[in-house]
Amino acid sequence: MKQTTIDIKNVRTLGLLLIGVLLLATLPLYGSPYSVIFTTSIIMYIVLTVSWAIFSGPTGYLSLATAAFFGVGIYTIAILGEEVQLFAVILLGGVASFCLALLVGALTLRLKGVYFAVFTFGLVELIKHVLLWYEIKFTGTRGRFVVVVDNTTIYYIMLAILITLLITAFVIRRSKYGLALQSIGEDESAAAHIGVNVNVVKTITFAISASFMGMTGAIMATRWTYIDPYGAFKSLYSFMPVLMAIFGGLGTFYGPILGATIFAYLEELLITEFPYYYMLIIGSILLVTILYMPNGLVGVVQRLQRRISGGRGANP
Amino acid sequence: MVTFLDIVIAGLLLGGLYALIAMGLSLQYGVARVLNISHGEFIMIGALTTWTLFQMGVSPLVSLVICGLLTFGLGFIIYRTIFRRLLKSSPSIAAFEGSSMLASFGLMFIIQNIVLIIWGPEIRGYSYLAIPVDLAGALFGANRIVTLGFAIGIGLAFYVFLSHTRMGKAIRAAAQDQATAGLMGVNINHVLALCFGFGAALAGIAGVLISMSYPVHAFMGFEYTIIAIIVVVLGGMGSIPGSFIGGFLLGLIGSIVTYFEPGLALAAYYAIFVILLWVRPTGIMGK
Amino acid sequence: MRILEGEGVTKRFGGLAAVEQMDFHVDQGEVVGLIGPNGAGKTTLFNLISGVLVPKPGRIEFKSENITGLKPNQICRKGVARTFQSVKVFSNMPVFGNIYLAALFGNRNNLTSAEAAQEATDLLEFVGLSAVRSSSAQDLTLANQKRLEVGRALATKPELLLLDEVMAGLNETEVAQTMELVNKIREEGITIVMIEHIMRAIMNVCDRIIVLHHGKKIAEGSPEEIATNETVVQVYLGE
Ligand SMILES: Nc1ncnc2c1ncn2[C@@H]1O[C@H](COP(=O)(O)OP(=O)(O)OP(=O)(O)O)[C@@H](O)[C@H]1O
Ligand SMILES: [Mg+2]
Repeated sequence: MKQTTIDIKNVRTLGLLLIGVLLLATLPLYGSPYSVIFTTSIIMYIVLTVSWAIFSGPTGYLSLATAAFFGVGIYTIAILGEEVQLFAVILLGGVASFCLALLVGALTLRLKGVYFAVFTFGLVELIKHVLLWYEIKFTGTRGRFVVVVDNTTIYYIMLAILITLLITAFVIRRSKYGLALQSIGEDESAAAHIGVNVNVVKTITFAISASFMGMTGAIMATRWTYIDPYGAFKSLYSFMPVLMAIFGGLGTFYGPILGATIFAYLEELLITEFPYYYMLIIGSILLVTILYMPNGLVGVVQRLQRRISGGRGANP
Repeated sequence: MVTFLDIVIAGLLLGGLYALIAMGLSLQYGVARVLNISHGEFIMIGALTTWTLFQMGVSPLVSLVICGLLTFGLGFIIYRTIFRRLLKSSPSIAAFEGSSMLASFGLMFIIQNIVLIIWGPEIRGYSYLAIPVDLAGALFGANRIVTLGFAIGIGLAFYVFLSHTRMGKAIRAAAQDQATAGLMGVNINHVLALCFGFGAALAGIAGVLISMSYPVHAFMGFEYTIIAIIVVVLGGMGSIPGSFIGGFLLGLIGSIVTYFEPGLALAAYYAIFVILLWVRPTGIMGK
Repeated sequence: MRILEGEGVTKRFGGLAAVEQMDFHVDQGEVVGLIGPNGAGKTTLFNLISGVLVPKPGRIEFKSENITGLKPNQICRKGVARTFQSVKVFSNMPVFGNIYLAALFGNRNNLTSAEAAQEATDLLEFVGLSAVRSSSAQDLTLANQKRLEVGRALATKPELLLLDEVMAGLNETEVAQTMELVNKIREEGITIVMIEHIMRAIMNVCDRIIVLHHGKKIAEGSPEEIATNETVVQVYLGE
């Protein structure tokens, strides 16, 4: 009996998703140019957050390397954008980030907890400063121009990346590797002892998540026309996915999506006119979430639902 | 002509500051288990307060005391309100380390942007003890030498405090094992809050010293946070003598790299950091 | 036939030799007890066999194949499974999920998910946890968590099972039940090495006992021989 209710729920979710995709796919036909640009930003944050959550969600490894992979994508198009066809560059951005993540993954396999967080964070800064030094020393200029792409194309590419990502995330979650990732988060040593090849599972997942970040960087860079190491490797891009995922609710499928949407909206609303208030709000939300909402927004909603449906209330 | 000795002296002057900053963070991480990303913001608070007071005619040396107390109080209160709550609700120390680090990111954004709203983003500076002093043939500002003196003095005082006083022993017991320290009759919550406060005070004091020689602005904190983290990793997470030595080591490295390739100093710090974490995550002093 | 053989196995932590120059062997179908005072190096020896640590120097063979330096997941898939002294269940997963995962990843025959689920269901029955199959592992009693670890280890279809203090912290009845479980496992033809401080259990269940002290093997023999061995008695009374 339980099985059938789940099936009905699945069918409904699938239907809703299809309608959502349809609405999004036709947005440029009925929406304003501004709405297309804004939705692109939302999608970008969702992609960064969900791809971050693919790896860090189940394993509990706090990666702050998002900005590194995003930036590698940005620089890929900045360097190759003129010579290579757009789709190929975007894929290359993904491949470059994938390879970097494989390398980083292999190097950091033994790091746990805050060490891993700090290492990934340092990586972003290392790449940024080496690049900065290189540009000033050898090219003499700081930064580069990026090819210009029209907003509708950017929008459709981001949408395609999002859909691919959601399918990938869903497949991983449902497959035995999703379970393996979860067991690594629970107890890595025990996972290894029941035959899970923890190193391979961790590294590959990390690289898959990085490839989406890289592709996103490659396409989004075309919106900024000019980029330099400071802009491309902004550590804020490492924190935002963490924040959005935690705020939305880790370990759920909708949480990161919800969080990303809300933050993209906040950013759009505040960042140009009140940047300090925007960052202040972000900091406060992060703190409040960690202190009072361990399961994020989705957790709060679930708790409310349970209370409303008159169930067992706050059953520990 | 810059001699090797000049590079070493410059490195030591820089290193003293790094050591001071890192000892504060080391205390917070080693004992209270908070890898405090907002550490640099306390430095910034110290520096900006000193600048403001200087405009009102207060000597930076007086500010040392004022800022030390101010940042101590701030750190103490923040621990009691935020981190203690977090510690209680965390299922394990590892979980606490993760969530407290994230919380400190939030704090960083909050402190930095409140300061930006009040003080604005302008870069400020003042002149204090900027008399050149001849050290082994090269000229260094007297303020930098004062900075080094204070850094060493405070570092040593702190070491004596930890190894010779009752409170210091309680802190070290807590660093070893919080549960055992609790059994020894140490009020663990109090000790942890004190440590966090002391760590913040060291940052505040470092901020005062920094403001004597370097420009001051609302965004200055983060770079020092990074340096503190690097030194703490270099010296072995949570080892206070390690941080002290690590600070000087990093200062020396910075000074040498700056001599050969000025643009690479920060990159060199990160490279050391990344390589060190990779080959020896327990640090130079770790077991 | 030798199923496990160690030669000059040594592991140092800094200056301390946790295991030193150990030669040992386990025959197919045996139940071997590993005893010794706290800190003798028993768990370290398990860590060396299961690949958490690498002996230096030393060599470990499983079914005449050198497994020194292999990773835990590789050793698991060769047919060596273990439990942990400090329980390491996947706390937030259901009891069934714990065992299912092991069947899915640890079994050399690469089971399909349906086969793994069947295997897990059978094993839940075998270790007596069917009633709590949907509970979160963290909600089990200590005794049941230890059973779950045994079940999870068995799900990888081991030929050699290493049990690290599966009876510690259990009450009389639970100890008796676990002894029964160990006997049931041996009847399945699985070779067992068990670390235990509860002498009654060791003496009852084991065919042969190895005694460790300060990282060295100080005695070896049948339960009767060990019970009357002078050095062993001295080590235990001298505690
Ligand atoms: N990872 C490690 N690092 C440093 N020392 C260790 C490590 N693991 C074990 N030791 C030390 O090695 C020695 C042997 O430990 P081991 O856990 O093997 O003992 P044991 O025989 O299992 O004891 P018990 O009966 O208490 O479980 C102890 O002195 C222990 O402190
Ligand atoms: Mg043991």
